[in-house]
Amino acid sequence: MIRIPCPFCGLRNCDEFVNKGESKRRPAVGAASREEWRAYLYDRVNPEGWVRERWYHRAGCRRYIKVERHTFTNEIRRSEPAGT
Amino acid sequence: MSATFDTAVGIRRLPGQVGEVIDRCSPLTFTWNTRSYQAFKGDTIVSALLASNVTVFSRSFKYHRPRGVLTASFLDPGCTFQVGDEPNVRGAHRRVEPGMVIRAQNGWPSLRYDVKSVNQLVGRFLGPGFYYKTFMRPERLWPVYEQVLKRFASGGKVSVDSDRGYYDKRYAHPDVLVAGGGPAGIAAALSAAERGAEVLLVEEEYELGGHLRWGGQASRSALAELRAAVAGHPGIEVLTNSVVTGRYDDNWVAVMQRRDPELPGGGFGPAGSPVRERLVKARAGVLVVAPGLVERPYVFEGNDRPGVLLSTAARRLINLWAVKPGERAVVFTANADGDEAVSDLERVGVEVAEVVDARRGGDVVRATGGRNGALSAVVLGDGTKIDCDVLVTAVGWTAPTSLLNMAGDKPVYEPRAARFLPGGGLPDTVLVAGGIAGDGSLGELVAHARVVGATAAARAAGVADPAAASHSPALRLDEHPALFRGRTHGMVDFSEDVSSKDLVAAAREGYDSIELMKRYTTATMGPSQGKLETVNAVAVLSEVTGRTIEETGTTVWRPPYAPISLGALGGRILEPVRRSPMQPWHEAHGARSLVAGQWVRPDHYGDPESEVLTVRERVGIIDVTPLGKLDLRGPDVPDLLNLLYVNKWSKLAIGGVRYGVMCAEDGVVLDDGVTGRLGEEHYVMSTTSSGAATVWEWVEGWLQTEHPDWRVHVTPVSTAFASVNIAGPRSRDLLARVCSDVDLAGDAFPYMHVRSGTVADVPGCWMWRIGFTGELSYEVHVPASYGLHVWEALLIEGEDLGVCAFGVEAQRIMRLEKGHLIVGQDTDGLTKAFGAGLDWLVKLDKVDFAGKPELVWQEREEYPRLVGLQPEDPAIVPPESSLLVEGNRIVGRVTSSRHSPTLRRSICLGFLDSELAFAGTGVTVLLPDARRIRARVTQHLAHFDPEGVHLRG
Ligand SMILES: [Zn+2]
Repeated sequence: MIRIPCPFCGLRNCDEFVNKGESKRRPAVGAASREEWRAYLYDRVNPEGWVRERWYHRAGCRRYIKVERHTFTNEIRRSEPAGT
Repeated sequence: MSATFDTAVGIRRLPGQVGEVIDRCSPLTFTWNTRSYQAFKGDTIVSALLASNVTVFSRSFKYHRPRGVLTASFLDPGCTFQVGDEPNVRGAHRRVEPGMVIRAQNGWPSLRYDVKSVNQLVGRFLGPGFYYKTFMRPERLWPVYEQVLKRFASGGKVSVDSDRGYYDKRYAHPDVLVAGGGPAGIAAALSAAERGAEVLLVEEEYELGGHLRWGGQASRSALAELRAAVAGHPGIEVLTNSVVTGRYDDNWVAVMQRRDPELPGGGFGPAGSPVRERLVKARAGVLVVAPGLVERPYVFEGNDRPGVLLSTAARRLINLWAVKPGERAVVFTANADGDEAVSDLERVGVEVAEVVDARRGGDVVRATGGRNGALSAVVLGDGTKIDCDVLVTAVGWTAPTSLLNMAGDKPVYEPRAARFLPGGGLPDTVLVAGGIAGDGSLGELVAHARVVGATAAARAAGVADPAAASHSPALRLDEHPALFRGRTHGMVDFSEDVSSKDLVAAAREGYDSIELMKRYTTATMGPSQGKLETVNAVAVLSEVTGRTIEETGTTVWRPPYAPISLGALGGRILEPVRRSPMQPWHEAHGARSLVAGQWVRPDHYGDPESEVLTVRERVGIIDVTPLGKLDLRGPDVPDLLNLLYVNKWSKLAIGGVRYGVMCAEDGVVLDDGVTGRLGEEHYVMSTTSSGAATVWEWVEGWLQTEHPDWRVHVTPVSTAFASVNIAGPRSRDLLARVCSDVDLAGDAFPYMHVRSGTVADVPGCWMWRIGFTGELSYEVHVPASYGLHVWEALLIEGEDLGVCAFGVEAQRIMRLEKGHLIVGQDTDGLTKAFGAGLDWLVKLDKVDFAGKPELVWQEREEYPRLVGLQPEDPAIVPPESSLLVEGNRIVGRVTSSRHSPTLRRSICLGFLDSELAFAGTGVTVLLPDARRIRARVTQHLAHFDPEGVHLRG
């Protein structure tokens, strides 16, 4: 079980968090085509390597955070509040 | 001694041995296959049986060959028993207890049955890939195959009446966790603890010491010193009869701690502790892997006969349990431990007929059997045949590299040492000590382990690494002979009954990579999971393919390292249950409870239909505390509401309430509820009971990620308030009796409005005039600690009004009568807002809201619609999920159905394809019993009071 450095709470067990998946930019509503919108909904890169993802510290500070994690080694090189 | 014993103290029991672990002052009796036997405290099941001259313990998995003792340890593949109602007990590990009832597993047809006829019987199942070849076709015979396989499979029996037992969990945070309590593990633990580390030392056996326990005088005195040092160090916690079953990311280490009846509380703390097993979830700073080495069996014809055993097994039996392995022995030795076995055997009076030294070219070719298939003679490499009842083999060692694999390392084969060694791929936080790291004298291994322990302590503390400075003394590698298989074929996997012949055949069939061979033959996939047999399997494969062992490689080890009981994985249930402040009242008044999400709630108080009629005619109260409640404050709340709900919120006046539906970004209905405006910048959002946590997370998500600039503060207040819904034509009268500071008159406090005030002398309550039931009703939120007080006050004040308490079932009937959908019941993971009949609510002219694009597209398309349905026969209530069909075509389904006491008929909600979803359409409902009935689509979703006269009353 990996540990995630929460920018608010420090290094915590990942079972305190919810993985919200790869960070995706929300297309402009109205301008988005079906393809763009559905890519936002369903398409994930799922690389073997570095991924930027969003986690929610559900059993902690209840903050959404942005994390850069290596999907093979689970190394985390960056963790910061979402919305920054 | 009672005459019922087969033997007094066991005819193979030796006189006292210096290092024995049995207590001869504490005899005990137990039952083996209906007969009574005697043992001493400290005996394992197998040592006790062997002492009484029982030598066959099971029949093998596929060929049903008799099996005896091989390793005399936890791994022993032929010694798995049913103990009481516990199956798969490792009999060469588990200590025998007074009164234990032990049975052979996999003894079908019986342990004594003639082996030849059994072989004939199972002839069709022989050979590699037998599962795949035999049990595939014809498909109609699968049930028969299942019966056959069940009788052959070696599992025990589990009774549904078994005591569930108590299994515990624990979290630990040691600086250093040492896996393995042999001399190296102990030395590493001591060294780490001396440097201030908190150490958890985990040993699979009942005592620390590893091979020192069955060694000679020097070993015993070294062990006594090590044990005394551990006992004297407060920084070391020792878990015996425990095993590290897995290493996961960031040194999350799973330890299975099993009960030891000899320890206070079974090893689980206070005396009388009922715990059977405990899963210790440890986050270790540094993990030191010191599992020692596993002795490797030699592959030759007859190597699985009872009487053929490993040198460690012979030495353990003699020195730990004072059991004589036999009368006349042949020893096949390639190392010093084999030589030690010779002296042990001779010391206790076993005639050693021959020592066959592999280092001088000696070999054993065949073990032949006599009565019961047990060993009777050994044929040597030169053709000599020697009568004996014991054959001890000492050909070498396998390194149990499982934990290294789990830590990301790929162990490499070292031909010189004829075993796998760490491959250099370990993270800094995983270290190795003892035989898995290399060879050396006891002193050298201990010295090395002490450096490892010091390094572990330093790394765990994050200080400079002393080993890096002093260049940790690497252990040397002694030359070990590469002895895997002799000239004949024999058993490779003793638990799965896979022979070297099977492996050769599989390789010739094309399964010539180790991972493929493993899956095809099931070699290494049985209960011992490759610990004894992997390297022999690799060696046989490399023999066939002409590749080296290094080239052949090994299989990947995955958790768990050792078997884990399901009880221990399930463990203690740590999920909290929520109860409203009124729940004790409900239970005291005959409520039948139901569990809804995390909440225990009253389903009804005996007669839900009469509860409905009371509400429709007079007044009732229901505990709706589980409703989700979010307190929203700030100037930007209207923007948030507009974004989350499909409808508009900008013009909601203070005191106003609106119903809203939320969709996810895929347009699927997520939750619904009412939100009211209590002040200029103060709103309260209610959510469904089950959606409370999800919606909070959803709201926070939008605020924190998409709109961090919005000034909105969200506070979940679901459990801060107890909630009571007062419903029915007399609800206003009832509320008026307990509330004097709010004008309840219809025009002063109309439908879909909210007020705050005092209820039953409790200030700071919120009153909502809303109506899920379809009746005039008020939902009162009161500070939680006053919930029961307000509840009881309403019942007392309303007595002459005929008030009753009603439960969730009555509410569900009434909301169905009123045609109000329940998210998750009348919608599913594909139901978008228009499909849920929410056309009237969705405002596509809003610039943006969650899920809008999908709803824009849905509006233009065909989709199933939620409709009201009434069966033509009012007495038939189609079960929920009944299909709606046209001929053989499915056109919809029933989502909710009940008998309506108000309308005295059955009513439903359901999904129906859009071309049929019109008032008056007749549809066919296919009932689960295959009957087809007719039903009619109603004008409105509401079966009762579609105009809302009652609500607005
Ligand atoms: Zn946090």
